Amino acid sequence: MNDPSSDPAKTLRRRRLWTMAGLVFAAVTAVTAGVTAMLVSIFERKQEARNPFHRVVELTDDTVDPAVWGSNFPLQYDGYRRTVDQVRTRYGGSEAVPRTPSDADPRSVVAQSRLEEDPRLRRMWAGYAFSVDFREERGHAYMLADQEFTQRQNVARQPGTCLHCHASVYVAYRKAGGGDLIKGFEKLNQLPYFEARKHVTHPVACIDCHDPKTMQLRVTRPGFIEGIRALKASQGISDYDVNTMATRQEMRAFVCGQCHVEYYFRGPEKRLTYPWFKGLKGDEILAYYEETGFKDWSHAVTGAPVLKAQHPEFEMWSEGIHARSGVSCADCHMPYERVGAMKISNHHVRSPVLNLNNACQTCHKWPEEELRTRVETIQSRTHEMRDVAMNALLALIDDIERAQASGVAGEKLDEARRFQRKAQFLLDFIEAENSMGFHAPQEAARILVKSVDFSRQGQAALR
Amino acid sequence: MKAILLLASATLLGVASGVGVFTFGYARGASYLTNDPAACANCHIMQSHYDDWRHSSHRSVAACNDCHTPPGLVPKYATKASNGFWHSFAFTTGRFHEPLRIKPRNREVTERACRKCHAAIVEAIEPVVQHRPEDATPCTRCHATVGHMR
Repeated sequence: MNDPSSDPAKTLRRRRLWTMAGLVFAAVTAVTAGVTAMLVSIFERKQEARNPFHRVVELTDDTVDPAVWGSNFPLQYDGYRRTVDQVRTRYGGSEAVPRTPSDADPRSVVAQSRLEEDPRLRRMWAGYAFSVDFREERGHAYMLADQEFTQRQNVARQPGTCLHCHASVYVAYRKAGGGDLIKGFEKLNQLPYFEARKHVTHPVACIDCHDPKTMQLRVTRPGFIEGIRALKASQGISDYDVNTMATRQEMRAFVCGQCHVEYYFRGPEKRLTYPWFKGLKGDEILAYYEETGFKDWSHAVTGAPVLKAQHPEFEMWSEGIHARSGVSCADCHMPYERVGAMKISNHHVRSPVLNLNNACQTCHKWPEEELRTRVETIQSRTHEMRDVAMNALLALIDDIERAQASGVAGEKLDEARRFQRKAQFLLDFIEAENSMGFHAPQEAARILVKSVDFSRQGQAALR
Repeated sequence: MKAILLLASATLLGVASGVGVFTFGYARGASYLTNDPAACANCHIMQSHYDDWRHSSHRSVAACNDCHTPPGLVPKYATKASNGFWHSFAFTTGRFHEPLRIKPRNREVTERACRKCHAAIVEAIEPVVQHRPEDATPCTRCHATVGHMR
C-alpha cells in the first residue's frame, strides 16, 4: 500500500501539472502559429510591394501582341482576357447565343439580336446595313471578329476606316504611313475593309492606351486626337494636344473616348471624323450635321436623308454628374482592385452593375441592392421614354409613307423628311448609347423629348 | 521530472517570444507606438489613404491619431491595441470588406474628434433637443472627404 503512484493526492497533483502543461503548450502553439502566419503574410506583402512588376520581356513601340505585354503584367492581362465573358445586365450586356459555324462565319457563339428584340429598329434603319444584322455588343475581345463576320459586311461595302476602332491599329497605321501615324490612318481609311483587315491582327490591345516604356496612358487613335482638338478649338483653346495637355484623370476617360463616341466618315476619302465642332451634346452634333448636310443613307421607306448615331458613351458621360464630379470611365468600368499589396486597375472592362462593390461602393456607401435599384430606375425611365420616342418616329414614317402614296405636295414631304432626319438621329443617339440613360439621365430625357417633338412636328407638317 | 518540464516550457515560450519579437521588429511594430502618420502606411492597404491625407485640408492640423484615436493616454493606446490586433487578424486571414469600411466604434472616435476641434461651430448648428444620440447627423455624412478620400 506504499506504492507512491497510488497516493491519490499526488496523482491529482501530477495530473493537474500535465493538464496545465498541455494547456500552456496549446496556447503557445496557437499564438506562435498566429504570429508566424502574420510574419509570413507581412513578408509576402513586402515582397509584392518591392517590385510592382517584373520586366521579363522588353516592350517597344512595335509590340502589338497583348500576350507579350502580359508576361510583364500578368494581373492586368488576366483581366483583359476576361473580356470574353458574356453576361447580361437588365438593359445591356450580351447573352451567349450558340450558332452553327459556317465557312463564311466561323463564330460558334454570338450575342442576341437587337433587331429581333425590337423589330421597330428595322423600320427605323430601313435601307441601311444595320436593318439586316444588329446584335448586342460583346466584350472587347470580340470587337474584331464581330465586325468581320457581321451580315452587314454582305450588304454594304465597308471601308478600312472601320478598323480604327475594331482592331489594334496604332502599329499598323505607323507602318502603313512609313512611321507617320496620321498618314497611315489616311491610307488605311481608303482601302476596302477586307484589304485593310490584312494589316491588323488583334482587337484593342495594351499599346492602344499605354506607352510601352512608362505605361502611362496615351491616346493613339487619330480620330480622337483630331476630334478633341476640334472640340477644344470650339471652346477657345487652340492647338490642343491631348497627349501633352490632358491631366492623368482626364486620360482615364480620353483613352476610352478614342472609340466610344459618335463619328462619321467625311468625304470621299472616308476620313473618320468625330463631329464635335459645336460641342458634345446630341443636338449640337446634329446642328453640325445640318450645317454640313451629311447623310449616312436615304431612308428606304421615306427617302429622308437620315443619319445613324453610334454609341456616344463619351459624349453622354460628359454631360452627366459623374463627369462633373471628376469620375472617369475607368473609375467605374475598370475600378481599382487589390491584389496582395498591389492596387491595380481591373482590366476586365465591363458594366459596373456587374461589379457594384468595387465600382460604386467606393464612393456610394449603400447596399448593392439599393445601388442596383437606383441604376435600373434611371434605365427603366429612359427605356420608357425611348419607347415613346420610337413610336412617335414610326408614326411619322407611317405618315410619310401614306402621304407619298396619296400624292401630298413635294415640299410638305420634304419638310416632314427633314423632321424625320432630326427626330431619328436624336432618338438613335440615346438608343445607340450603351448606358440606357445612366451616364446622364436628364440629358437623355432632354434629347428624347426633342426627338418626340420633331416626330410630331413632322406629322403636323404633312397636314 | 519537474525540471525537465520547466525547461521544456521555457524553451517553448522562448521560441514563441523569439518569433514574436522578430515579427514585431520586422513589422516595424515600434513605429505604431508613435504619432507618425507614415507608420499607418506601413501596411500597404493604407497607402492611398495616407497619400490622400497628405493632399487634404487637414494635413497641417491633424494627423491620423488626432482623428482615429481618442484623447487621453490610456484610451489612446487601448484603441491602438484593439485596432492593431483586429487589423493584424483581418489582414493575415484576408477576411475583410473591400472597399474598407470603418467600424461603428472607430466612427464614434472620429466623430468626437471632429466635434472637439470644431466645437464652436458644432454648438452653433446642433439642434437643442436631441431625443436619441443616434439622431445626430454625423459630420462625415457630408464632409466625407476632409481627412482623406474614401
